[in-house]
Amino acid sequence: MTSEHDQIVFRAVTTKFGDTVVLDDLTFGVGAGERVTLIGPSGSGKTTILRMLMTLVRPDDGMITIDGDPLFHEQRNGSLIPAGEQHLRAMRRKITMVFQQYNLFPNMRVLRNVTEAPVHVLGLGKDEAETRARELLELVGLSDKLDAYPSHLSGGQQQRVAIARALAVRPEVLLLDEVTSALDPELAAEVLDVLRDVAKSTEVTMLCVTHAMKFAKDVSDRVLMFCDGRIIESGPPAELLEAPSHERTRRFLHSVLDES
Amino acid sequence: MSFDWNTAWDALPQLLRGLLIALQATVLGYLIALVLGLVFALLRRSGQPWIRIPVAVVIEFIRSTPLLVQLFFLFFVLPTAGIQLSPLATGAIGLGIHYATYTSEVYRAGIDGVPVGQWEAATALSLPRWRTWTRIVLPQAVKRILPALGNYAISMFKDTPQLTVITVIEVLSVVKSIGAQNFQYLELITAAGLVYLAAALLIAWPVRIVERRYRREIA
Repeated sequence: MTSEHDQIVFRAVTTKFGDTVVLDDLTFGVGAGERVTLIGPSGSGKTTILRMLMTLVRPDDGMITIDGDPLFHEQRNGSLIPAGEQHLRAMRRKITMVFQQYNLFPNMRVLRNVTEAPVHVLGLGKDEAETRARELLELVGLSDKLDAYPSHLSGGQQQRVAIARALAVRPEVLLLDEVTSALDPELAAEVLDVLRDVAKSTEVTMLCVTHAMKFAKDVSDRVLMFCDGRIIESGPPAELLEAPSHERTRRFLHSVLDES
Repeated sequence: MSFDWNTAWDALPQLLRGLLIALQATVLGYLIALVLGLVFALLRRSGQPWIRIPVAVVIEFIRSTPLLVQLFFLFFVLPTAGIQLSPLATGAIGLGIHYATYTSEVYRAGIDGVPVGQWEAATALSLPRWRTWTRIVLPQAVKRILPALGNYAISMFKDTPQLTVITVIEVLSVVKSIGAQNFQYLELITAAGLVYLAAALLIAWPVRIVERRYRREIA
């Protein structure tokens, strides 16, 4: 399930929270620019994969590489040792994440939320960062909210700002963790529309945990079905979502469709 | 027993001079408490046990011993160590260190109260640690704890009479020295009480304004 050219590779990754096995000897790869949707019942390990790539969770065992470089290990005197903060910091630069709860900075106005990282991480000048932020906020349809505080925005608007903020760091990999789960259907739809535009207009690799199956079908190249920390089935959305071969997948898709 | 307004009135200029000293001690001590309290709070979060544990012990020790004893200690022991400070400076430092142990707890609560999602968002954007602390975590933490911090300013001001034991000429010292001459303590202490009340209200006022402004800014 992995190839030499994959940008992201999980090799035999295992992680437990207490006695619960969250990821069970998991191996898979994602190509550069690929759009992959992770589906499956809650607790099946999808979100943990994203959080691991964002270095918010460490694996207990196994190896993750980004563009061939180990994420949680570094070379020292010819042997691989657990990575220090500096290595993680360097590896994170290619990756960013959008969260279920938006996590905008409430003490900053919308524009500052989007320019903060470009100025202080990418080292852009303030004017350049603001110009870029205005473009991104226009892309997500919020040109009129530049000076608003996040608390004055709807959930859907906050999530669209969060997407603009994530794109502003010019990521190679964009992680989307149930970005519409906290939103009612109408607001979710406006966020998904924005993400469709992002998918169309950029080359960014997308890993997306979602229950929005229509969106998964429209955007993704491949769908991975998780259960108990393993991938039990994977394939193009047309195949996996229309004609799943696994009974567990069929049951899961049924319950999701009932819900929406 | 009659109340002699003239005594109170005559003592007022000296009482106000004493008040000025008490306010100086409060302002100076409060600044120390704000800065040192934050330093304590951050050191207590250190990943290194040999930093975290000694700091916790020192904080616990200072917090569990009386301010009065600490003032005596600074006043009599610092000079023997070759550190010569005015009584006022010694008093401000004593108040500052003592209250830093309280404000450090307040800071800690404020920092812990910042949602973990804020840290995660900062990580997702690769923001430097310093930036995350100064622009994201601390502003949000301080907003939450502003009322509690402000109340410690008032509290500290009300502890300034203890400085009388290390010869700072503040309000209570004035009462004692005039009272020793005319024994009209009722009038003197009543006047001192009114002076304290007025000053405490004066300190509470900006505290409330700042509190309200922050609340409006970020609901």
